[in-house]
Amino acid sequence: MLKNKPHPLTSNRPPSPSSMERGMNSDTSRKKGVRLLFPLLILGAFVCAAILAPVIAPYDSNAIVNIETIAPSTQHLFGTDDLGRDIFSRAVYGARISLTVGLVAVSLSLIIGILLGALAGYFGGWLDSSIMRFVDIMLSFPSIFLILAIQAMLTPNIYNVMLVIGLTSWMGVARLVRGEYLKIRELQYVEAAQAIGCSHWRIIFRHILPNAQAPIIVAATLGMAGAILTESSLSFLGMGVQPPTPSWGNMLMDAQAYMRDAPWLAIIPGILILITVLSFYLIGEGLRQALDPRKDYAGS
Amino acid sequence: MDDNVLIEIKNLHKKFSSVIAVNGINLTIKKSEALGLVGESGSGKSTLARLILKLIEPDGGEIFYPAIQNIRRDCQIVFQDLQTSLNPRMQVGEAIVEPLLVHKLLPRTKFAARVKELLEMVKLPATYARRFPHELSGGERQRVGIARALASEPRFLVLDEPVSALDVAIQVDVLTLLKGLKNRLNLTYLLIAHDLVVVSFMCDRIAVMQAGKIVEIGESRQILTMPQAEYTQKLLQATLQF
Repeated sequence: MLKNKPHPLTSNRPPSPSSMERGMNSDTSRKKGVRLLFPLLILGAFVCAAILAPVIAPYDSNAIVNIETIAPSTQHLFGTDDLGRDIFSRAVYGARISLTVGLVAVSLSLIIGILLGALAGYFGGWLDSSIMRFVDIMLSFPSIFLILAIQAMLTPNIYNVMLVIGLTSWMGVARLVRGEYLKIRELQYVEAAQAIGCSHWRIIFRHILPNAQAPIIVAATLGMAGAILTESSLSFLGMGVQPPTPSWGNMLMDAQAYMRDAPWLAIIPGILILITVLSFYLIGEGLRQALDPRKDYAGS
Repeated sequence: MDDNVLIEIKNLHKKFSSVIAVNGINLTIKKSEALGLVGESGSGKSTLARLILKLIEPDGGEIFYPAIQNIRRDCQIVFQDLQTSLNPRMQVGEAIVEPLLVHKLLPRTKFAARVKELLEMVKLPATYARRFPHELSGGERQRVGIARALASEPRFLVLDEPVSALDVAIQVDVLTLLKGLKNRLNLTYLLIAHDLVVVSFMCDRIAVMQAGKIVEIGESRQILTMPQAEYTQKLLQATLQF
């Protein structure tokens, strides 16, 4: 699917208008490859840092290593915070938290979204109507208030953050999956599977799901960006990951009081959130274009 | 009931919202015959086939299967559309053994041998088991579709326009293959087609459908040479014009 073979007929021909168009297209697809590579490298580095946090971080994330709040220097790469903790170490451990929360929350939303979307799209009828009305109801709440309301009732800890984000972000996936199932269930290989006597379960997961995976992968990538952003917002508001456990969001919250005197406290976690979310968006967009069967159209 | 009957259809009705697709059809399919079903598009041929396979439920009427125990095993279908009749994410081998897997007809260890045997039956090399549908030509895909339909050793096959999407040269190959398989495996065919040449090549009897009804049914030779119904005459003329 991702193979970009040169067109055999146009490669040796003098440039006609149509082959020039093709040439431009292959240029842009090469650029797209670079555009995908860059965010992938950044995220790869972040994921490695998160996994190897104990090795990479020079200090414990909660250890008070300096009495003063000092600016970024050679000794403390990102400086120290108001309590004298090493920000680089906290950022590395924070990456662990943020990426884990994102991954678990997105997995949860994918499981719920795929299950409900598949049931709605495959069976149709009253089941479809009820599931989609439920989706509409969930979507009609402004999501951040819904999350805050649920979070307020639970103990704010990292597991509840994952749970709440997962439970409030599956609706887009459900709609998308439903659409794919509506489309694919009309194809003849699905009818062939019915004629063979495959169970509904088998048709839903073995025949249709693999053919619907491209848009789901894109949605998952974009969902990661959203989940990390939501986790940061929650932690920033004090409803998410609780101090002293570092997360990029609560590092931002701690920084508020010192914006003037120690701006790096806010700038560093802010930039990390920005880079991570942007990378996920770029990868999502890149994948969307790469996996789109109509990718040859001009523009985009 | 006659011993020779495989499937008997009595007063079958099916409506899709406002369109009447099948309107009071009575039809008997005999054991080991090849019955042709012709008619223009929209005359309800495919709907009738899907009703017989119980892929859709009728609104009225009944279908009897005096000689069939398990419809999902003993009745199969070969499709027209070569682009979508095979799952693009399944290897040919996987697709072919699926009926065996679903009905637990063979232990897994014997699947490979059965795939080889089935591919041989449709005259494809055994190495095709590991290919994906997009690596196959139209004729090859149709052969895989036939192999899949034969895997559960059915007695009855619906051939829904099996060659109308193929090149003429390949049409002959596939039809010859189907004819050979019918004799070898003692199959019963219901062949849906709009091409009377195809039907006359394959079938012992022909049923002509118009607007959800069977307007004429009889021996192939009789239908093709002495059509009684006006609609059949029109169909024949339309075919002979080129």
